[in-house]
Amino acid sequence: MDDGAEECVPTPSRELTQNPLKKIWMPCKKNGLPEKHIFQRKVCMTNCPTLIVTVGLPARGKTYISKKLTRYLNWIDVPTKEFNVGQYRRECVKIYKSFEFFRPDNEEGLKIRKQCASAALNDVRQYLTEEDGQVAVFDATNTTRERRETIKRFAEQNGFKVFFVESVCEDPDVIAENIVQVKLGSPDYIHCNTEQAVEDFMKRIKCYENSYEPLDEVLDRELSFIKIIDVGRRYLVNRVQDHIQSRIVYYLMNIHITPRSIYLCRHGESDLNVKGRIGGDSGLSDRGKEFACCLAQFIHSQDIPDLKVWTSQMKRTIQTAEALGVPYEQWKALNEIDAGVCEELMYEEIQLRYPLEFALRDQDKYRYRYPKGESYEDLVQRLEPVIMELERQENVLVICHQAVMRCLLAYFLDKTAEELPYLKCPLHTVLKLTPVAYGCKVESIFLKIDAVNTHRERPENVDVTRMTEEALLTVPAHQ
Amino acid sequence: MTRELTQNKIQKTWVASKDERAASPRKSGGGPHLANPPTVIVMVGLPARGKTYISRKLTRYLNWVGMPTKVFNVGEYRREAVKHYSSYDFFKADNKEAVKIREQCALAALRDVKTYLTEMGGQVAVFDATNTTRARRDMILEFGAENDFKIFFIESVCDDPNVIATNIMEVKVSCPDYQDCNKTDAMEDFQKRIECYRKSYQPLDPDDYDRKLSFIKVIDVGRRFLVNCVQDHIQSRIVYYLMNIHVQPRSIYLCRHGESLHNLQGRLGGDSGLSVRGKKFSSALAKFVEEQNLKDLKVWTSQLRRSIQTAEALDVPYEQWKALNEIDAGVCEEMTYEEVRKRFPEEFALRDQDKYYYRYPSGESYQDLVQRVEPLIMELERQENVLVVCHQAVMRCLLAYFLDKSADEMPYLKCPLHTILKLTPVAYGCKVESISLNVEAVNTHRDRPEEVKRGPVTLIRRNSVTPLTSHEPVKKPRVDALDDHVNPELPPAPLTFCAATNNSLTLSTQNLKRCVTESRDLPRLC
Repeated sequence: MDDGAEECVPTPSRELTQNPLKKIWMPCKKNGLPEKHIFQRKVCMTNCPTLIVTVGLPARGKTYISKKLTRYLNWIDVPTKEFNVGQYRRECVKIYKSFEFFRPDNEEGLKIRKQCASAALNDVRQYLTEEDGQVAVFDATNTTRERRETIKRFAEQNGFKVFFVESVCEDPDVIAENIVQVKLGSPDYIHCNTEQAVEDFMKRIKCYENSYEPLDEVLDRELSFIKIIDVGRRYLVNRVQDHIQSRIVYYLMNIHITPRSIYLCRHGESDLNVKGRIGGDSGLSDRGKEFACCLAQFIHSQDIPDLKVWTSQMKRTIQTAEALGVPYEQWKALNEIDAGVCEELMYEEIQLRYPLEFALRDQDKYRYRYPKGESYEDLVQRLEPVIMELERQENVLVICHQAVMRCLLAYFLDKTAEELPYLKCPLHTVLKLTPVAYGCKVESIFLKIDAVNTHRERPENVDVTRMTEEALLTVPAHQ
Repeated sequence: MTRELTQNKIQKTWVASKDERAASPRKSGGGPHLANPPTVIVMVGLPARGKTYISRKLTRYLNWVGMPTKVFNVGEYRREAVKHYSSYDFFKADNKEAVKIREQCALAALRDVKTYLTEMGGQVAVFDATNTTRARRDMILEFGAENDFKIFFIESVCDDPNVIATNIMEVKVSCPDYQDCNKTDAMEDFQKRIECYRKSYQPLDPDDYDRKLSFIKVIDVGRRFLVNCVQDHIQSRIVYYLMNIHVQPRSIYLCRHGESLHNLQGRLGGDSGLSVRGKKFSSALAKFVEEQNLKDLKVWTSQLRRSIQTAEALDVPYEQWKALNEIDAGVCEEMTYEEVRKRFPEEFALRDQDKYYYRYPSGESYQDLVQRVEPLIMELERQENVLVVCHQAVMRCLLAYFLDKSADEMPYLKCPLHTILKLTPVAYGCKVESISLNVEAVNTHRDRPEEVKRGPVTLIRRNSVTPLTSHEPVKKPRVDALDDHVNPELPPAPLTFCAATNNSLTLSTQNLKRCVTESRDLPRLC
């Protein structure tokens, strides 16, 4: 077999060194320090920044989509920011008088609006070129071809890809509901009563209608866009260019606006919780079992139509769900963060055996990966399909774990990577999330069964040279 | 009060059951129930629009992610009923007798669809035919309503003459209908066949007649899509999949990292570096990649040291994916098989019993791997030329997707060290070339143990079905119980030919088997 085989002298390839925080292997320079450019697979491998441009008459959900999409992209680690031109206009024109401002023959109004659009685009440019932004969402009506051409030119000049998201809807009920939900409470209508506000806003919409040039299959066939029709009943998707656009389309096709609530809670207190140990696959303590019963009563009392119940594949969440007496689905993706070599240890033991690891974790809890385990960053990637399915669903109760619940909560409440690992998710407490306006209402319901506290705050001293006492200062009490 | 939980010994999932024997929830592996009522996917479009291509690819994907799916191609039923195809006259709208036969074939296929979905554990049936008239589609909708099946239409619309001509050359001229014709005659006849359908073609109309139906219209091979009334998770996934696939020619190269220090010791898992021979392989790989002279090759690795070290030798940018990491052997990590057998004899035996579903304690199963690796498959579909430097179990998963291998076959696919598999899509399947780089390495493959071996294999992969009315002596089986245990093993239909390899000596037996059955299994579906 070896006959004729050529001698392949291995070229002295670069040495690999493992980043101590994320446990990623990277090539290093002679002096042992890591090379700069390391490709770690992230979600979005687009070479150039992307400009998402909303299109549509007022009250078609453009801002709702912009904010939600921005929240999603940031959660999956794609730095995204929205730029709402209406906001720039409110900065410029301190007081909103009436719909007259938006009349197509109002020269001064037009001038101001154009300036605001330009100012916003300027900020977009800065965000994408100087502030490490990857995606910018330009939220405005952009209803004329002319305006869209301008934006397209701007993007080309700066090397940005453009993706249009148009929302088309003629259902008067949907539009009325939109106006009630988000326009009445807008700064523009602070001094109006409901009737006045609605009337003015309808006239505002009229101002745009005559000049509205929807994206067209033929005229705009070279553009990349998605046209959302009737709040998701139908979609027209044209020329998806890359991975991130494909993900955006998938996300937009899965979200809905049907009212519903998502209930998040952890499993009942477990035996390992009581001992102050992390991870593992133990069963519920007596109090945990009590909680499970209380949860059953609570759910029953809420009288939730068609509730889906999801658990992880770990014993403690399943035991909790069992008490509900309803069918539930097990997701491996909902399993608690894998603590690798630290599984089933107490914090005191981790400090004793792996003081360096313990310090690194406090330094950057989001990106820190346990040796042979996972990081919060890994968790988010693992949980993404869960979020996608949660978006599709209606009423759902998710029984999971501390780190997992923090990740899910961060998605719904738009928390940053820095805040995420320190969100408070105590045992025996249900968080009820209800989408409202542009965000999410949270209700916290403690089911009155005592449990240990498993929340460890970030200590003051995160240096690797710190004393044991300093490291263990914030460890919660346990047996 | 609450039911006791027991842990299923193979999958390590917790199940509530009254008796000692823990039930094995096969279907609810790692994720939720994807589709409750069964779904019938109905293809729509003129001939040569890629309906069968889409049907087969989609079926392959759905089966791979664990959703039992089967294609029912009406053309095949027609070939059973009308032994010899004479000419396009058969398809003329005024050929009364032919029209009758064609309708009967459609009904026969629908009957089989019903059997598959109601009695054989199927979840999705793909009804592959032109279905170009409203009358036909209404009939199918009625069929769906009667049986409580969800209906989802996939229409392929394309008027680019180049695309159509290419399709005809790729899959029509070599189809059984034209085995006695030369290419030009076949092409001409087929074009006339298309014309027969064109007059009566009623495309899906989202604005009016069909506005309540669930469907996706694929326009110009994926340039544009119209998606209407997606009902559930599985339809959403199907839409996402269809929007990510393309038909650009390209190749996917799969290989494992170079031989590692753990490999030399016969140890599982871990995160060791390359052995001397492993480094030699990396250099050889670099040379090979250069010789392939590809434009724009993407290189992907896992986050384990040995695959990164291998990629480093290529001296090109590469991307690290955690999802490509080797299967987590849990408590067995870094042990040799001998050590596992000594310390965990029961686990060792269980794994051999059901290697696909078996999950290492505190580790993963092949089934978990599939779920983990799925986003990668999606991205591979989007990409063009890619080299994936990964690991044995992961490579088996990926290979099973491309070569349409069943869950039963997957954990035993041969993926030796220092061997590259070059996959090139062709016709309805995938051409595989196995290239050994002639650097010796240990063999890490464990065959299915004798005691558990399946009987002699005579059955073909269950993805397509020979109609019951067929006179064929060897029918593709109607498996009575879709129990994954009795998955018959045979080379898959989609593999259209065995390519020349650089080193025929290194062809594994599995490849050789494939070559032998080639002649019987030409692409038959039109």
